[in-house]
Amino acid sequence: MRWLWIDRILAIEPGERLVACKAVSLSEPHLHQHFPARGDDEALPVVPAPLIIEGMAQTGGLLAGHARGFVDDVVLAKLRRAELAFEVLPGATIEFDARLSNIDDSGASVEGTVCVQDPSWDGARKLGEIGLMFAHVPPQREGLQVAEAFRTLVSASVRAGGPGIKSFAI
Amino acid sequence: MNAHSISERLPGPFLAAGAGPDGEAMTREEIQAKVQDVLAEVLGIDEDEVTPRATLTGDLGAESIDFLDIVFRLEQAFDVKIAQGELFPENLQQDPEYVQDGALTQAGLSALREKLPHAEIDRIEDDPRLARVGEIFTVDAIISFVERKLGAAA
Repeated sequence: MRWLWIDRILAIEPGERLVACKAVSLSEPHLHQHFPARGDDEALPVVPAPLIIEGMAQTGGLLAGHARGFVDDVVLAKLRRAELAFEVLPGATIEFDARLSNIDDSGASVEGTVCVQDPSWDGARKLGEIGLMFAHVPPQREGLQVAEAFRTLVSASVRAGGPGIKSFAI
Repeated sequence: MNAHSISERLPGPFLAAGAGPDGEAMTREEIQAKVQDVLAEVLGIDEDEVTPRATLTGDLGAESIDFLDIVFRLEQAFDVKIAQGELFPENLQQDPEYVQDGALTQAGLSALREKLPHAEIDRIEDDPRLARVGEIFTVDAIISFVERKLGAAA
């Protein structure tokens, strides 16, 4: 894990389900390249689809890692499918709802639903579904440790409160 | 923000329920149809490419993570539990008795025959290099495995 791409855990059912969210900000530099103004076309800052998949991969990876006490590293190994219905703009919040469908010593599979809340809308809309496979590999010493990242997230999430996370101990 | 998931409040099933065999033992044709579904889905190919004699790695392009995906999806499709090493071999190359100079020994071939009776070991017997191990898994071999597993073999 190189960086955290999710901001908050909203709910966790250990070994089964993890819901996390990410707030999209126009201060994220990549949005200015995706897509810049060109000729007569105005700039169109939208979240690149691979980064939406990354958010689900982090949510699902933390769910799988936590299920086994972070004894292994969890590496994204396969994108089973991804169907995303619309573009996500700065100011929106993306919610990743990951469910563990299978896990063993060699890997795990996760099925996820992605929803978006945009301040301009009444209510949330379903963006799509993402299916992922993870491989369990021996822990790496470099980069952000998964367990450490998880503790950071849980700490911020517990402080924020909410029924889904309050009862959960790190 | 409500801490419960937005997706909970959306219509539609989140996950398709795993359909298991109900009551009657499945025929080999029924098993074959489901196995073809699973393999087409896992490997992202058309069902008509999944012919009985096709090999998973050589003909259908399966990679290592696909083998785990196949195990998980077969478990779901047939409502069975498949132990590690039961369908596909594990930790083979780490045993010097079974592998020498990048090829399976006679002991290794015998061990595979015993542990994986559904696999088609004969296909690599003349040239048992490790790189060829994937060839012992044809679509037929997977069907045979499921058939044994379900106790449906005649």
